[in-house]
Amino acid sequence: MARLSMVDAINTTLHELMAKDDRIVIMGEDVGVDGGVFRATVGLLDKFGPDRVIDTPLAESGIVGAAIGMAVYGMRPIAEIQFEGFMFKAFDQVYSHASRLRRRSQGLYGVPLVIRAPYGAGVRALEHHSDAPEALFCHLPGMKVVIPSTPAEAKGLLTASVEDPDPVVFLEPKRLYRLFKEEVPEGEYRIPLGEARMVKEGKDITLVTYGGMVSVCERAAQHVAGEGVDAEIVDLRTVWPFDIAAITKSVTKTGRLIIVHEAPRSFGVGAEIAALVAERCLLSLLAPIKRVTGFDVVPPLARLEEYNYPDSDRVVRAIHDTMQF
Amino acid sequence: MKEESNKDLIQVMDPDGRIVDKSALKAIKESDMLEMYRLMNFTRLWNSKALSLQRQGRMGTLASVRGQEASNVGMGLALGPEDWFCPSFREYGAMFARGIRPEELYRYWGGDERGARPLEGSRVMPVCITVGSHLLHAAGIAWGAKIRGERIAVMSSSGDGSTSQGDFHEALNFAGVFKLPVVFAIQNNHWAISVPVEKQTASETLAEKACAYGIRGARVDGNDIIAVYSTVKKLLDVARSDYRPALVELVTYRMDDHTTADDASRYRTKEMLAPWQGKDPIDRLRKYLSAEHGWDDQKEKGLIEELTAEVEQCVKEYEGAPHPPPEQIFEHTYAELPWHLREEREELLQQVGDAEK
Ligand SMILES: Cc1ncc(C[n+]2csc(CCOP(=O)(O)OP(=O)(O)O)c2C)c(N)n1
Ligand SMILES: [Mg+2]
Repeated sequence: MARLSMVDAINTTLHELMAKDDRIVIMGEDVGVDGGVFRATVGLLDKFGPDRVIDTPLAESGIVGAAIGMAVYGMRPIAEIQFEGFMFKAFDQVYSHASRLRRRSQGLYGVPLVIRAPYGAGVRALEHHSDAPEALFCHLPGMKVVIPSTPAEAKGLLTASVEDPDPVVFLEPKRLYRLFKEEVPEGEYRIPLGEARMVKEGKDITLVTYGGMVSVCERAAQHVAGEGVDAEIVDLRTVWPFDIAAITKSVTKTGRLIIVHEAPRSFGVGAEIAALVAERCLLSLLAPIKRVTGFDVVPPLARLEEYNYPDSDRVVRAIHDTMQF
Repeated sequence: MKEESNKDLIQVMDPDGRIVDKSALKAIKESDMLEMYRLMNFTRLWNSKALSLQRQGRMGTLASVRGQEASNVGMGLALGPEDWFCPSFREYGAMFARGIRPEELYRYWGGDERGARPLEGSRVMPVCITVGSHLLHAAGIAWGAKIRGERIAVMSSSGDGSTSQGDFHEALNFAGVFKLPVVFAIQNNHWAISVPVEKQTASETLAEKACAYGIRGARVDGNDIIAVYSTVKKLLDVARSDYRPALVELVTYRMDDHTTADDASRYRTKEMLAPWQGKDPIDRLRKYLSAEHGWDDQKEKGLIEELTAEVEQCVKEYEGAPHPPPEQIFEHTYAELPWHLREEREELLQQVGDAEK
């Protein structure tokens, strides 16, 4: 096993997947010669050539639309959108076509497409480079949304996403790209989509989270452990369709639930989880459900970024409120 | 690499500052040229200061405009007083020409949104990061003006990369169909991050894309400020008076990395850069001014000292301004804050207050 950062784990995984399956092509802005603006696709052009690693013109709708055609034809395209904020130039292709072609063709044409994009705040970037738009994709029937939280997770989940018969939006928390390294399994390694990860077991309160917020929750859990509160952390991994069984099982055990994500609160992933828990295990709850999230604002630029991005203090506050209810 | 195309290139001054088209000079006064020279130099000094602040951690990521000062300043000065301007993110010089305050632009690139608010009455849109989107806004502003009978023109500016976006084609088509008083300026700096323009399009020139939409296309030496200024001005005049839209390609070169987050040595060789070293837009105008208008070393020294002091003053104002208050993140989300944002603001203030205790 090698110790890799998340971006290196993604790069290694792409190398291995492409070597194994010649239907895979990578397309996007600056993914070839430059190796991607975060270097996630470095070395792929040299190894696999310009037919399989394609520097496209600057056109996201072009990238995703053409990738859909390739996928229908029998290729396995991995489209890179340079930053999450530019996905919306391609949103019509995702909304109207990637998510629906299976249904529209009554099962004849699937769209085995992965759209990768760096995602989220925490790197003091420009506008459109710090957004968390996952809920917009979760809302589309036919789409899957995956967000890894560690380097090894990124490998397992990216492999499963590429092998999945349906379109997947794979969002990579850019703050984590180089934040830490961990042991990443060598060779084939897949984590089935739709299965959450138990990050830490606990009996008092459940924290459901994903992506860049997992480590924030770990810090908060450590903090409250000192006060005698035993928090359980569930990492969704597949944000939609998420692992409802893992959530209800945990909430039934602890009786308390906080959902933590950096995306805006209203109509977000937390709202869906809260609704489902209310529907399925309301009577297990000992306190109201809480959400610790980004505010319903345009993600602020560097100077004020930290005030919108949930940190462990905010999670600790929410744990205190919930425990003291 | 493909040979640089000289097809239909409008030039007034060659790279040595020699005039190749005298007719274009008639409409330009000496004072105009001195203003062009001053603004190009200011833009360069402002830009290099921003880059050095960035390296010291005193500024955020930003896109260097070095090499494109003639395109920037020429198009900015060509606008009439009531015209509108829709920039992307590499037009500092054009924004300064429109009265945008340089310390405010520092503030914006330094990560404080308040610096993005355009000067009241400037008729300048804020920086647009999503490539190509704002060409449609320019078309829409022009359309509104046409409907209301206001005789103005609108100009957008974007890069060679933007010509690949659907929005670019939609904007040109709307302009053609509805005969809008709009000019789409393209700064063809030969690169969209690592992608060279010859991989961006199979067209020989960007200007010729205008033909498909029934609008005028013009192609200008973008390092020749006299050519940029006079051509763009003419196109704006015709747009204003005859409702004839145009696309103008300004052929220039990005001399630095794409942004401070980029490393151009990964995809661009010294040999590619070399031919452009001798085409510097500021040197070119200086050579002309020296030969024909008595510009000399002493005047040069005086100007650079004066502009350097101006830039230092901008830095002082930028760095001396108070940090934005946390609750600023809620401001201007709507004209009036709805209940949920008022609640969220309270939540944040409470948190900040507790943290300070
Ligand atoms: C819609 C969109 N996609 C991708 C990006 C990322 N990006 C920023 S600038 C750039 C290249 C732009 O090239 P060009 O239009 O030639 O302008 P230049 O940077 O050369 O001034 C890219 C791909 C973006 N800002 N917007
Ligand atoms: Mg360019």
